[in-house]
Amino acid sequence: MQLSTLAELNAERAARRPAVLVTDVASGEQRLVKAAAIPRDPLSDELGKHLRMGKSGMVEVDGKRLFLNVYAPTAKLVIVGAVHISQALAPIAKSLGYDVTVVDPRTAFASPERFPDVPLIAEWPDVALPPLNVDHYTAFVALTHDPKIDDPALLHAFSRDCFYIGALGSRKTHAKRGDRLRAQGARDADIARIHAPIGLAIGAVSPSEIAVSIMAEITATLRLPAKEKEQAA
Amino acid sequence: MLNRDEDILKAAEDWHKGGHGVALATVVETWGSAPRPVGSNLVINDEGTFLGSVSGGCVEGAVVTEALDVISSGQPKMLEFGVADETAWNVGLSCGGTIRVFVEKVG
Repeated sequence: MQLSTLAELNAERAARRPAVLVTDVASGEQRLVKAAAIPRDPLSDELGKHLRMGKSGMVEVDGKRLFLNVYAPTAKLVIVGAVHISQALAPIAKSLGYDVTVVDPRTAFASPERFPDVPLIAEWPDVALPPLNVDHYTAFVALTHDPKIDDPALLHAFSRDCFYIGALGSRKTHAKRGDRLRAQGARDADIARIHAPIGLAIGAVSPSEIAVSIMAEITATLRLPAKEKEQAA
Repeated sequence: MLNRDEDILKAAEDWHKGGHGVALATVVETWGSAPRPVGSNLVINDEGTFLGSVSGGCVEGAVVTEALDVISSGQPKMLEFGVADETAWNVGLSCGGTIRVFVEKVG
């Protein structure tokens, strides 16, 4: 690997931008394709598929054996609301490899006893969220049911282009939330990005089951192509 | 997206900048039960120091030896390890899988 390629790859990784390294294993020839350049790459279909699955692998193109090594950032999950569902959601997400952070200004909720081994920030969203570097590779869920906490958190998530944004609440609650967020400058397209009611419809009842349905929806959003995603929703 | 091989490639860059010969080994194919997934990296420098893993410890020694060769020749190599391959390599994967490892020089 050329040193310049390696340096470029490391810069992309440091910036949490995904990239795919394409290696012709017969000749050793190599090129780095940054995520932004994938749509206009001759291998765009293969590259897009491997990146979406986060899976490296060998492909054969025009008689050449090419190894696609996918370098994608570790996904983050930001949970706003140190509630009962969050207590079940945090360990599930951790087991799936997410870096999990829980944010809740209410110290009675955000206590280490309730959330062992999870980074907890007992601050309001305007203080807690900016240092977290929320980005596209972040799933963001607002679970407090309290507009004073959930609304500013969701506005932050919109501005950071999170791949998944979900919020707890019935359709009625969500309609009111939409009105409030619009009044604070959110666009219709932003509101439409919120998964609400949150989670896949699996008939979840208990907090743990709701956590499973949320994590399933996040996984589907991460892994499924756009078309199949609509069918799963 | 859930790649945890955080500092291995950074080490490769730093070692090279520090004047070392460096090789990068990558698991490119696996069959059966393999200890490390496709895409896993191991970096090796000319002193035989290595970081990362391609097999969780089973074949690293052999990869390092081959990597030193790649560092001096500059020619990439494809290595294969597995229980079916004991005559070619005196090391194998006790888990019964087979892996193919691509080794290339950095720089």
